[in-house]
Parts: sequence; C-alpha cells; structure tokens
Amino acid sequence: MTRPDTPRSFQEIILRLQAYWAAQGCAVLQPYDMEVGAGTFHPATTLRALGPTPWTAAYVQPSRRPTDGRYGDSPNRWQHYYQFQVIIKPSPPDLQELYLGSLAAIGIDMDLHDIRFVEDDWESPTLGAWGLGWEVWCDGMEVSQFTYFQQVGGHDCHPVSGELTYGLERLAMYVLGCDDGNAMPFNAPDAPIPLTYGDVFREAEAQYARWNFDTADTAMLEQHFRDAEAECHRILEQPATDPKTGRHIVMAQPAYDQCIKASHLFNLLDARGVISVTERQAYIGRVRTLAKACADAFLLTRAGGHDAAA
Amino acid sequence: MPDLLIELLSEEIPARMQARAADDLKRLVTNGLVEAGLTYAGAVAHATPRRLVLALEGLTEASPTTTEERRGPRTDAPEKAIEGFLRSTGLARDDLAVKDDRKGQVYVAKITRPGRPAAEIVAEVLETTIRAFPWPKSMRWGDGTLRWVRPLRRILCLMTRDDGAEVVPLEIDGLVAGNVTEGHRFMSPGEIKVASFEDYAAKLKRAHVILSAEERAEAIWHDATNRAFAAGLKVVEDKGLLAEVAGLVEWPVVLMGRIAGDYLDLPPEVLQTSMKEHQKFFSVRDRDGRITRFVTVANRETADDGATILDGNTRVLSARLADAKFFWENDLRVARAGMKDWLEALGNVTFHAKLGSQRDRIERIAALAREIAPAVGADPDLANDAAKIAKADLSSEMVYEFPELQGLMGRYYAEAAGEPPEVAAAAEEHYAPLGPSDDVPTAPVSVAVALADKLDTLAGFWAIDEKPTGSKDPYALRRAALGVIQLVVSNSIRLRLNAKEKGPIDGAFWNLANAGFGRWFELEQQLTGLVTADADRVWIDPDKTNLLAFLHDRLKVHLRDEGIRHDVIDACLTGDRTDDLADLVARARALNAMLATEDGADLIQLYRRAANILAQAEAADGVEYSFGADRKLAETDAERALFDAIAEARPRIDAAMAAEDYPAAMTALAALRGPVDAFFEGVQVNAENAILRRNRLNLISEIVRAGTRIADLTRIAA
Repeated sequence: MTRPDTPRSFQEIILRLQAYWAAQGCAVLQPYDMEVGAGTFHPATTLRALGPTPWTAAYVQPSRRPTDGRYGDSPNRWQHYYQFQVIIKPSPPDLQELYLGSLAAIGIDMDLHDIRFVEDDWESPTLGAWGLGWEVWCDGMEVSQFTYFQQVGGHDCHPVSGELTYGLERLAMYVLGCDDGNAMPFNAPDAPIPLTYGDVFREAEAQYARWNFDTADTAMLEQHFRDAEAECHRILEQPATDPKTGRHIVMAQPAYDQCIKASHLFNLLDARGVISVTERQAYIGRVRTLAKACADAFLLTRAGGHDAAA
Repeated sequence: MPDLLIELLSEEIPARMQARAADDLKRLVTNGLVEAGLTYAGAVAHATPRRLVLALEGLTEASPTTTEERRGPRTDAPEKAIEGFLRSTGLARDDLAVKDDRKGQVYVAKITRPGRPAAEIVAEVLETTIRAFPWPKSMRWGDGTLRWVRPLRRILCLMTRDDGAEVVPLEIDGLVAGNVTEGHRFMSPGEIKVASFEDYAAKLKRAHVILSAEERAEAIWHDATNRAFAAGLKVVEDKGLLAEVAGLVEWPVVLMGRIAGDYLDLPPEVLQTSMKEHQKFFSVRDRDGRITRFVTVANRETADDGATILDGNTRVLSARLADAKFFWENDLRVARAGMKDWLEALGNVTFHAKLGSQRDRIERIAALAREIAPAVGADPDLANDAAKIAKADLSSEMVYEFPELQGLMGRYYAEAAGEPPEVAAAAEEHYAPLGPSDDVPTAPVSVAVALADKLDTLAGFWAIDEKPTGSKDPYALRRAALGVIQLVVSNSIRLRLNAKEKGPIDGAFWNLANAGFGRWFELEQQLTGLVTADADRVWIDPDKTNLLAFLHDRLKVHLRDEGIRHDVIDACLTGDRTDDLADLVARARALNAMLATEDGADLIQLYRRAANILAQAEAADGVEYSFGADRKLAETDAERALFDAIAEARPRIDAAMAAEDYPAAMTALAALRGPVDAFFEGVQVNAENAILRRNRLNLISEIVRAGTRIADLTRIAA
C-alpha cells in the first residue's frame, strides 16, 4: 500500500506541510517561544485574527497539556505534543480545497480514503473565542480541526479568519501506519542515526508527568499566576504614548505573554489536582479577562488596524 | 406553468440541522410566493450534507393584476389636501374620477397594480429567505456580511417550461444565481449544468449524490442488515444514529468490520456507546447477543472496495477502545477497593451552590431512603447503603468520558465492589423513570432510593426558590415530580408526603425537612442567614409550599393521559389526604369507572340533592350539621326507612372504606338512592319545628359525609 510519495517520518510530514502552505502564500513562522496549550495561543493566531488587516501564516507549535501526561507509556497521548497551525484572513473561498490539497501533499490518497467534514464548533472559554467549523475525519480518524473564527477576545472578527489545526502525532501515525506513536520514525528510518518519536520524547514525558502530577510547587504556581495576572493588567494600564520616545506604543503582545503564562500556570495547577470545580470557573474567568484586555489593546495597535496618525 | 428548482450549495451542513433546514426552506419560500400572489401545485424539499434543495411544480407565471378604489378628499377641499392625495396614489388629477357622496362630490382614485412576473417574485422571496434563514447557529466568512450555517458557495435558481429553462436573475453578496451545481466532492468533482429538476436529480445520481435523506437512510439500513444477515449477525437498531449518518454522506457505502478480540470483554453498553458517540458506528451482535462487529458508513466507493477505509476505521476504533479499556480497568480497581476514592471526590463536586456538594446530597438521600424503606417494603439498611453508593460512578473515568452511562456503570462497579444485588440494581435504576414511557423500578430498594433522590431534588430546589417557570425547567423538576408519581402509583406506595405526625405512613417532605435536611439547613443558614430552622414553613404550610400543588399538576396530566375525566380528578383533589398519591389515584380510578354505570348516576343524583339542601341550610344558619341524627325523632315512614337504610349501609361503607375498596363503598352508598328519593318526596326537611329540622339535616349530612370520604362529588358534571 506504500506509495512512492508517502512520507517516511514525522519530520517529513511537518516539512511537507510547511512547503505546501508556503506554496499557497503563507508566511511560515516558527513556534512561539512560550509554553502554550494549543497552537491557537500563538499571537500569530489569537491577536492577528483581530482587526481588519489581512494575514496569513503557518507554523508548528509545540503544545503542553499537563493533564494528558502518561509517563510516556501511552501509544497516543503525551503532555507535550505538536500542532500544525494555518491561519488565513480573510478566509479564502477555496479553503476546503486548499486544505484537501495539504492532505494530498502528505500522501493521503483521496481516491482510497474517506474524508469527511463533521460538525464541531470550537470554543475557547479562556480566550473568549469561538468559531464554527468541523473536525475533519479521515477514515473515521479526526485529523484536523477546521474553524471559521467568529469572535476572539470578545470581539467580532471582521473579516473572518479561517483556521486549520492539525494534530501532528495522530495525523503522522495514521499516514505512517504506526499504532504506537513512540515507535514512529522521527527522522528517516534509513538515516545514519535513525530516531523514533519515543527516542526523542519518551524519557522527558515521564519526567514531566512526575513533575506535573506530584512535584510542582503549587503555592509557587499560584503566586506565579497572580504575578502574571498583575503584570498583564499593569502593562495595559500604561499610557499609549511612550514617555521616552514619544511614540504610540500599545504593549499588547507583552501583556498577552503574561496572559499565556497565566493560562499555562492554570493548566499546571489543574494537573496537580488542587483546583476545585468552583475555583476552576473562577480561574478560567480570570484568564479570559486578561485575554479580552489584550484583545482590546491589540485593536489599538497598527497591526490591529489602529491608525496612529488619526 | 413553469416549475421552479432552487439549490443552495454550501460547505458541509451539520447533520442534525439538515431535515429542519429543508422544511424551513420549503415553508419560507412557498409562504413568500403565496403572499406575493403566486400559486403552485406541489413542493418537495431535500437536504444533503452540502445542499438544500426545493422543487416547486406548476407555479403560476405571474401574480394577478389587482385594482383598488380609494376615496379621496371632496372636490372643493383645499388644494393642499388634493395634492397630497395625488402624491399618495401616484396619479394625475385627470386620472381621478368624481363620485357623489353623502357629503358632496369627492375624488376617487382607481389604483391598478399590474401583476408581476414569477421570476421577479421568486428572486425577491429567495433573497429574503436566505438573508433571514432560521439556522440554530450561523456564521460569517471571508470579508462578507452574509450569514449562513457554513459558507454558502452557489445558488442555483431555475424556472423551467416546456420550451426551456430560465435562470432567475439574483445576486446576493456577490453570489450570482445560475444553472450550475456540483456532484460528489470526491467521486464526481466539477460543474454540472442542469435544465430541470428531473435533469438535476438524474445528473446528481450519476454524479454520486442521493438527494433524499430517507432514500440514503433506507439504503444504509438495507445494506447493513443484509450484510449482517449474510454473516449470521444482527445490527442493533438505532434510528437517531441512522438519521445522523444519512446526514453525513451523499453517497453511502456500508462497510462491516470486526472489533479486536482484546476489547470483547468490555461491557456491551461501553462498546456500543463508544462506537456510536465517537465513530458513528452501528453495533452488530452475534448469535449469542454479543457485540463483535461494527458497521460504518463511508461517503464513497473506492478501487479497493473500501479496504483502506475499513482498515483505518478499525484502527481508530481500537485506539478508542484502548482508552475505554484503560478507564474500565482503572475504575474496576477503585470499585474493588470499595469506591472510597470516588465517594470522597464527590465531596468536591458542587451539586448546586446553595444545596451543597454531591456528597451532601447523597447523605440526605441516604437518610431519606432509610425513612421511606418501610413504606415500600425495603430493608432500611440496604436502602441506606444503596443510596450511599448509587452515585459513586459519577467520579469514575468511564462516566466522565460517557456521561450517558451513569447508573449503568454504577451497577457494574457496585457488583465489582461486592455489594448485594439489590444495592447494585439500585445504582442503575434509581435515576428512573426518566419520562412518561420509561420503565418504573419495582425492586423495593431501587424504589426507595429513586423516590428519595427525586424528593430531595424537588424539596431542595423548592427550598431555594428555583422553581420551573413557563418553558424553563433547567433542573428537570417536572420530570422529577412525574417520576415521584409514577413510582408511587405503579408500585401502589402508601406515603403521605405532608403528614406531620409519624404513623404507619411517613411524611416524606416533613422528614426531609426535619431529619435529612438538618444538615442542609445548617449550611443554608451559614450561607445566607436567611432561613430559620422552622422547616414546616418551607415544606408544609399550605399557603406557602405549593410543592404539593406542583405534584398535583403533574398528577392531573398523568391521570388525563390515563383517560380519567377532568371533573373526577378535580373532585378527588379536594379535601385532605391528597398528599397520599396512591390513594388519590385509587379513588379517582374507582370514581371514574363508577360514573360509567347506573350506580354511578344514582350516586351523583342522591349526593347532589343531599349536598345542595345541606349546603343551603348550613350557609343560612351558619352552623355545620354533623351531629348525628336520632331515629326517635323520625315522624314518617319514609324518614324511618331512610334511617334504617343508612344504619344498614353504614357498616358496609365503613368496612369498604377501611379496606380501601372504593367501588364497594360507592355501590353501598348508591344503593341509598331509593330511600333518599322517597325521603325527599315525602318529608319536608325544612320543617317549622326546629328540632325536627335539625334532626333531618343531620341525617342528610351523614349521606354527604359518606360521599365526601371518596371525593367532593359536587364537582362531578351532570
């Protein structure tokens, strides 16, 4: 069943996706340099989905979900994993066809597989964001999330961004025919030093699982959460005009960094099992407040459509 | 007369919205056309994952020309008024006629509205329909402002006549209507030009699209059952799943696969739920009833006859079932250790901010189940134990993943924990009944816990004033009330919900307030400081509670569905003892049956006659005649005969009432019809002698009181 154009490794799938979306005109960015729960948190998606300015980007985003940790023992679940993210604003009329082209690019033969768009509305309570779309199934396997953003940070999206998220491990396992993700080739199987996904991550998975579940200092995490929250608010309270340069500089992204931190700290506290059901809602509400404030601030930047001269 | 074809092609429409959307398209377009003066012979609508379709037959070519006469100002009215009239009618002065009116001569405008061609009307109506389409959720896309369920990609709008087809000119936000559609996304990509509905349907079928959802569903079910049958197997029927799957495909292809052996020992409900919820698979049973295979429905044919697709689906299922097995095995470990971890965890789960945690609630239900147990023939200790573990599975990983398996997993886990079978059964059954047609538990322990669960819910939400209003019933309190009624009635449980004194029959609400709810009241006091410990006032005070009235409202619906007359229900709901629902229903059923007989007619006749005279006298005198009559004061034979008849009937009525044999009690009472009639004919009740009068009223009162023990029979319609 293996065809000459079937990729042979995890990294080849990433490289092909990057090449494909680069060819479609996307700016291929690098991962954001912070701990995030999903590719959506990258400012290239969350912030750039706001305002009128056209935008197009594709990138890999390492993502962390502490509660998904399985000490490296699960064949398909890790607390650290990769998402591939595409965002195009405004969403082009042929986005579905472009997406299907990307599946073909990574070796999925449309004539043999059953691709389906199954209703799945996306909502991020922490980002105050929602959109409508589908999970995309390939032979019953969810291989991507396809969303038309309607709101981010409480603001209506005008124009609407089309967002694609590929869960890379699951997709790669499917394409490469691996039932055990840890055994999946990371680089070419015939490379001088062939490495599997497990060779790269398995050990670290166990270490993080131990830290996430049992070791992390919860009092410290709580303090960090409060610090990030306070710093985010403090940044946004600064006047728009910088007293040193006299320029209009709204610090939306530094503030948003603090929002990302707070969100991840909440995830860590959650994994430590110290957040009760009622507190949970309160924490999510606090992160959402930060996300909304950052979204408000982004709309006052040039990228957010603000005309400094006006 | 032309036919009309409309197709709205979009990106994939959620399966659950398709049928409704097809109906809405038909309704909105046909209503709009008819309102604009067109008529049509027939209409049919279809939906697939990518399209809404409406085909109209025999549309009229144009709306009719209409004329209207409008009366204007008098001919000698001020110039301004006449000019205003001309403006409003759009006519010149020469166009106006002059007519005689009572007030003098007035201008009359004859306004003619020419008919409009159908195409023009169709374009308007379709645009309005698209812009205001009632999707449950809609969205924008790109940089447009139009809203649709997912991006709308094409509009096909075609009027066809014997001599050809005409595209209806229409443009909405840059989408121009045409005569072009597309076939199956993967099997027949590309544009297809169509000339009529017949042409459209035929070409789509060739392009691998089955328009009709019913046809797709039938094809799926037919193929699935055939394949299973050929292998000596049986597909588990699931109409909801069938409709959903038919909404996920334009060209259904049924494939049957095997479940890997590692997972066959999972509970069948887990297999079925996991396959249905995650993968939209049908379950297939073997001859022994075990679920061993699945049916999946692909959206296409392939050169390898679906081998790749089936292989992929099988692998996905294995990954899913590996998760389920992981949950199941983890859960079994906790269960075998006595479920303590789960019960503790429920202390951290808020049931309702004002009603404490799930654990608080379980404590209350356990206390109440113990109280109720004797009334339902259950062992109090077992009822208490069952209530304590009945909700433990809410903390399990399996129920977290599949909430619909709550209760059922509870039974498996209670069995694993070594609980007695009655206790394990109660874990599953205590949620029931979940509706009018749901099975009602009969096992005593299950009944005790089920009742306690529902009574706690009702009493709790009543206490914090979260009652249902109108269509809003977020805590499903109506369902809980109906559940109480179903449990009590179908098991003939004698439970006085409001009785304050402890007796053979317990006052469930009262006990709840004073025993089980003690803890809740402490909590509530801490929270708000508003509630006093005066539990009666919340639950029992007839002016305030209305919880009983709420139960009565549900009971009325229940009895009406059973075919019991309105007036019978009203008659039985009057008086005391209406908190004993089983007794109330027994009386209503007996009275309803009695009214269909001659005895029933006699009973009502004699009762009404007696009650009227008594009520008049009591109202006039301001006293109650219930003193007991003395036969020595009887003057006539008719009077003495009635005394004797009552004396003879009384022990029979009393015995029947004591045995709650209401038909016998009513028959015995109805037998007094003869003596009563003779009495009223021969005896003047309102005699001048006050002593005689009082004695006769007391005699009548005995009859009335005997009847009232069954129901307030004055409420029975003649």
